[in-house]
Amino acid sequence: MTLPPTPVLAVMAAILGLLVAASLASAVISRRRPGPDAENLRLRVRTWWQMVAVFLVALVVGRGVSIGFFALISFLALKEYVSLIPTRRVDRRVLFWAYLAIPVQYLLVAMEWYGMFLAFIPVFCFLLLPVRMLAIGETGGYLRAAGTIQWGLMTTVFSLSHAAFLLILRLADDPGRAVGPGLVLYLVLLTQLNDIAQYLWGRSLGGPPVAPKVSPNKTWAGFVGGVASTTLLGTLLGPLLTPLAWPASLAAGLIIGLGGFVGDLNISALKRDLGIKDSGSLLPGHGGILDRVDSLTYTAPLFFHFVYVLFRWSTYTGQVQWPGWP
Amino acid sequence: MALSPPEAPYPAWLRRLFFLLLVRPVLALILGVNVRHPQHLPRQGPALVVANHNSHLDVFVLMSLFPGSLMPRLRPVAAADYFLSHGLLSWFARRVLAIIPIERDSRPGRRDPLAPVEAALDAGRIVILFPEGTRGEPETMGPLKHGVAHLLQRRPGLSCTPVVLRGLGKALPRGEALLVPFCCDVAVGEPLPWDGDRRRFMAALQERMAALLAELPSSGWE
Repeated sequence: MTLPPTPVLAVMAAILGLLVAASLASAVISRRRPGPDAENLRLRVRTWWQMVAVFLVALVVGRGVSIGFFALISFLALKEYVSLIPTRRVDRRVLFWAYLAIPVQYLLVAMEWYGMFLAFIPVFCFLLLPVRMLAIGETGGYLRAAGTIQWGLMTTVFSLSHAAFLLILRLADDPGRAVGPGLVLYLVLLTQLNDIAQYLWGRSLGGPPVAPKVSPNKTWAGFVGGVASTTLLGTLLGPLLTPLAWPASLAAGLIIGLGGFVGDLNISALKRDLGIKDSGSLLPGHGGILDRVDSLTYTAPLFFHFVYVLFRWSTYTGQVQWPGWP
Repeated sequence: MALSPPEAPYPAWLRRLFFLLLVRPVLALILGVNVRHPQHLPRQGPALVVANHNSHLDVFVLMSLFPGSLMPRLRPVAAADYFLSHGLLSWFARRVLAIIPIERDSRPGRRDPLAPVEAALDAGRIVILFPEGTRGEPETMGPLKHGVAHLLQRRPGLSCTPVVLRGLGKALPRGEALLVPFCCDVAVGEPLPWDGDRRRFMAALQERMAALLAELPSSGWE
């Protein structure tokens, strides 16, 4: 086990400091204005502590554990999704195979097999899961079943696994530098803070909603304020945590701000379609795991491909993946 | 009473270990069981816990709702014709789960099928009972059999706690051997008092369980 670089550890300490502040604020609110809101805040902060603790420990312990952490997130998210959507009883076996895509996809990450990592779910699962369905032969609801299962795999496994692939990247020109933990911390921290910033700006300024039919409480003020805050914070943290200089960090912050917003709306539309408020109850005060990683399903692949084209990368086994701009 | 003495000679540490190392981790990770109102569960015996039945997993979920310290006091009621049908299953059902086997077809002339259940209650056990009598169609609740009412009529002071389970019939339905992960929900209701009339009591129980089911997110097959 080698510790992440000092700036990464410093930001981790700052996150813990933020949580201490949140706990204190929550305790003060509970004392001054006790009620269901205060209780919900207390639960929310307590769950934040647990999530942050697991995430930071996974990140510090090492690459294998961090990859396993994201595999677990994908599993919990896919399970929640599969439990929410209408499924056909005949597809139990198909769903079982869909679950098996998770260990395969994260094994591909650990093997650093970039081409197959990109192709496995969009190409191979897309083509082969229907073969299992054809073997069963039930055609009533075929398209809906095939479509919803693939959508779930793309959202909860393929997209989220990009966060894990960041962990194995090394700069071709500076292979000794461990950039993975910093990139992942940057991505996850900004994505979560973006959610919070959009909520806080929206609550304090109000105003007209951006997408009234999908999510009436997401206002323009929240959207613009949130994206601006995330872009600013991204610009400041990028040079500290990642190999990105400040202009690229600004762009990365903007991508995470915008992507996070769309990812959030994407899952909101799914929940509205299914007629539910929370995707589950795994995380007290937050709802389900999909409610927490909704933004990340967009920001992880978008941020990954953004940094991927900016540098010449190698991985731990030494293949150069991207030749760089000519 | 060769079938089931009230104190079945099973080692309690075996089931505690089995639940700690296998059942609880599998339920937590593979399924993820969300429990509503666990405060209504009985904390001591004698007590009756009745639940809807869709899956072989039901009994494991119900037993794991209780703390390890109460584990030796739990006795699930199960059909003798199925669970004592062959050696290994019978050993597991009797020794590890400590089931109370009962005869499902109570023809006239047979001995009282509820006698072993009463004996367990007299010994201060928490008895788990599936009044539907069978797992039936996945994720639908069938009519309840009247054994519960008979028990309460004979022991009017007994508490009867209804519990409903959802999602387990998708994870492992009847006739399937492949466990597929699905989130599962459990709701525990307030204990139902005996009101002196069998039919009225069964109607109230059915109604209470239907209301609890309505509280949970729906999870039927398409």
